Amino acid sequence: MLRLVMQRLALLVPTLLGLSVLLFLWVRALPGGPATALLGERATPDAVERINALYGFDRPLVEQYLTWLGQLLQGNFGTSTRTGRPVLDEFLVRFPATIELTLLALVIAVGVGIPLGYLAARHQGRALDHTTVGASLLGVTIPVFFLAFLLKYLFAVQLGWFPSAGRQNPAMISTHPTGFYVLDGLLTREWDAAWDAMAHLVLPAVALGSIPLAIITRITRASVIEVQNADYVRTARAKGLRPPRLRRRVVLRNAMLPVSTTIGLQVGLLLSGAVLTETVFAFNGIGSFLANAVFNLDYAVLQGFILFIAVVYALVNLAVDVSYGLIDPRMRVR
Amino acid sequence: MRTILKVTAVTVAAAMALSACAASDRDEPEAEDGGGTTSSGRDTFIFAASADPASLDPAFANDGESFRVARQIFEGLVGTEPGTADPAPLLAESWEVSEDGLEYVFDLKRDVTFHDGTPFDGEAVCANFERWNSFTGVLQSESLSYYWQKVNGGFASSDVESLDGTGKYESCAAPDEHTAVITLASPLPEFISALSLPSFSMQSPTALEEYGADDVGGDSAAPVLPEYATEHPTGTGPFVFDSWTRGQEIVLAGNPDYWGEQGQVQRIVFTVIDDPTARRQALQAGDIDGFDLVGPADVVALEEEGFQIVDREPFNILYLGMNQADPDLADLTVRQAIAHAINKEALVAQTLPEGTEVATNFVPPSVAGWSSDVETYEYDPDRARELLAEAGKSDLTIDFNYPTNVSRPYMPTPEQVFQSISADLEEVGITVNAVPEPWAPDYLDRMQGTPDHGLHLLGWTGDYNDTYNFIGVFFGAESNEWGFSDPELFEMIGDTRYQTSVDEQTAAYEAANEAILERLPGVPLAHPVPSLAFSPSVQGYPASPVQDEVYNVISLDD
Repeated sequence: MLRLVMQRLALLVPTLLGLSVLLFLWVRALPGGPATALLGERATPDAVERINALYGFDRPLVEQYLTWLGQLLQGNFGTSTRTGRPVLDEFLVRFPATIELTLLALVIAVGVGIPLGYLAARHQGRALDHTTVGASLLGVTIPVFFLAFLLKYLFAVQLGWFPSAGRQNPAMISTHPTGFYVLDGLLTREWDAAWDAMAHLVLPAVALGSIPLAIITRITRASVIEVQNADYVRTARAKGLRPPRLRRRVVLRNAMLPVSTTIGLQVGLLLSGAVLTETVFAFNGIGSFLANAVFNLDYAVLQGFILFIAVVYALVNLAVDVSYGLIDPRMRVR
Repeated sequence: MRTILKVTAVTVAAAMALSACAASDRDEPEAEDGGGTTSSGRDTFIFAASADPASLDPAFANDGESFRVARQIFEGLVGTEPGTADPAPLLAESWEVSEDGLEYVFDLKRDVTFHDGTPFDGEAVCANFERWNSFTGVLQSESLSYYWQKVNGGFASSDVESLDGTGKYESCAAPDEHTAVITLASPLPEFISALSLPSFSMQSPTALEEYGADDVGGDSAAPVLPEYATEHPTGTGPFVFDSWTRGQEIVLAGNPDYWGEQGQVQRIVFTVIDDPTARRQALQAGDIDGFDLVGPADVVALEEEGFQIVDREPFNILYLGMNQADPDLADLTVRQAIAHAINKEALVAQTLPEGTEVATNFVPPSVAGWSSDVETYEYDPDRARELLAEAGKSDLTIDFNYPTNVSRPYMPTPEQVFQSISADLEEVGITVNAVPEPWAPDYLDRMQGTPDHGLHLLGWTGDYNDTYNFIGVFFGAESNEWGFSDPELFEMIGDTRYQTSVDEQTAAYEAANEAILERLPGVPLAHPVPSLAFSPSVQGYPASPVQDEVYNVISLDD
């Protein structure tokens, strides 16, 4: 097991190196320059030149790359040209928000998706099954931002059940020791702050979780149907295993294997979906920050954040691989 | 299975409880005070900003969002008359200018202290001026000390030759507590107007020192703002800085020791919502009290729903540029034909917000120097056709550049403006070749960096009440955007800038505006009205053409 982890971690190095080269070149190939983004619409060519010299955008590409890589290795992701603050700081401030959001989205996707898929499989061919399959098809096809917009329009603007934007009611005064607003509210016993933060999370999390939810439901359903008809299940049943125990220990457990792979893959989807969802709900996480960086050609932020998300993605998938061993003892041998 | 059902049931129950909770929050708006952690009541004013401020130290800012916050915390020597762009006393109760226009004596307001208790006096004024003038290194970059550079023209010393000792500012003296004397090296008649910019706000010398206001960035990399500019802005204004959560909100609290009227608002929250639609929806959902830069399409919808629309007097110009690097446009007769072909009234009615005025000058009418005697080129398609025939260009084809996916205060919907004008041009027989491009960086690069464009849409919002701030920016020197060299005109505008007699200067600016319209480098189209939207409970928002809007005068109904 440890060897597997080490191997995978070692593989990360060339992957990230390759990605860093791509990222670097891609950002430099963008039209316009960071100087224009900095100086605004009435910048003189002189001023643009000065900025280029100041920030080193005029030096040879290889030199720029090596300098940048060296800084990365020291944990220096550069400075945002838009905010003038270190990318890492900007990131650390916003990361809790995105973690809260993606966690809740994942909880919704898993907590609803698995039971729903399981129920659909058990009632295969009946109304519940058809509804679930239809709804999940819809869930996969509706773009996240559209759903986000729709949910917001309906539940925030029209019905007013949930807030339309942000992480917390601006009129609320509360303390934030950790940056995770719900947790903060619980820790400091500011219950109303915790509720308020939670209410702000619901709509974005539902929007963000919609596609993973639909996918998880479908995979669970397909997997459970397959396992239900497997020989070993029939054997187990023939040997007299009681149905509840059979379902829990044999069917569900075996069906979970492909589902856990899917969940791992969904984390990447959640992170990219967060860019759109956070923008729609003015939710101050890394997603909306990244979207802003794109609009403002904030080179350092683009590079740093994409690299970071790649690392997170790789680590989550590693964790999923490791989890196979927990679900399926046969995998532990390797 | 039972577990699964349990999980589902708990999830559903939680969701219902949540929605019930959220719903009940809304049913008892603001007034209820849950567990003592929500301050609400009607002394909190929530305004949606479109972005974080660049800097809380206004000396290092030139963007609208920074200025919006700075106006609440800081005050300058000079303010503006409410609702106008005209300079008015603020921290200076009055001032006198010597005859040669070199010495400004400011009589300062008494009994004013900064938020940290430091007294506001002549010494403090001089400390601020000296600070701006002695910026060095990174501090001299345009992204930071833009306005000092622009207005003063240089620094005490600089590595850049054009900025090295080239400034107008010479010295400051404080003969007594209540007097500050600024001496200039050569006249700068716009000085007083310019001092109304937030960049020249008075800041506490003690706090500047204590929190290392000038310690920007360690190396030559991107400027990293010091503690002062991110956590300790200290001014004399009606609101005191409380906190800044990046990308999320800025909170200000009432200043209990304010020298003037403190007013009803005791807490301001600038909540950051970058998407224009999201700002509108936040207002509709009751999450915010107001927002700026309302799109023309939203104005009508919001008004119908009972929200208030507050218009600022326009302090901007939208124009159609005619680049003379294009040989067809270099012909004055062709330019006149184009000017006559455009139906400005229809353009304004169809594509710009209600209340927008048709423009005749390149400055708005509220600026001294605006002339009523300029050539106006009335809408006359027949005359346009005649002129084209006269120039031998009856089958003219012309490039028309316009930006896409952008909304500027002076140009909410560039695509619509383009459509309207190009229809007018087609009407008189000109074939329009549309060249749309994204605003930044493509469009701006092309306008400012290359001669490669024809007709184009652009505009400008003024900083302070001064004609040079408009026509000097456009026609002060040869530029890629306009593609012509006219030393006579450049000199005329440049000379006028430094005239010390206000009356003579105004007359000279009027003459300059007339000269510009005679040469017709472009067609002034309109002065579009910028709108703000507020919930019905907000009363007395002090809309200002130069956005000198301080929230202590706002009242909030229950």
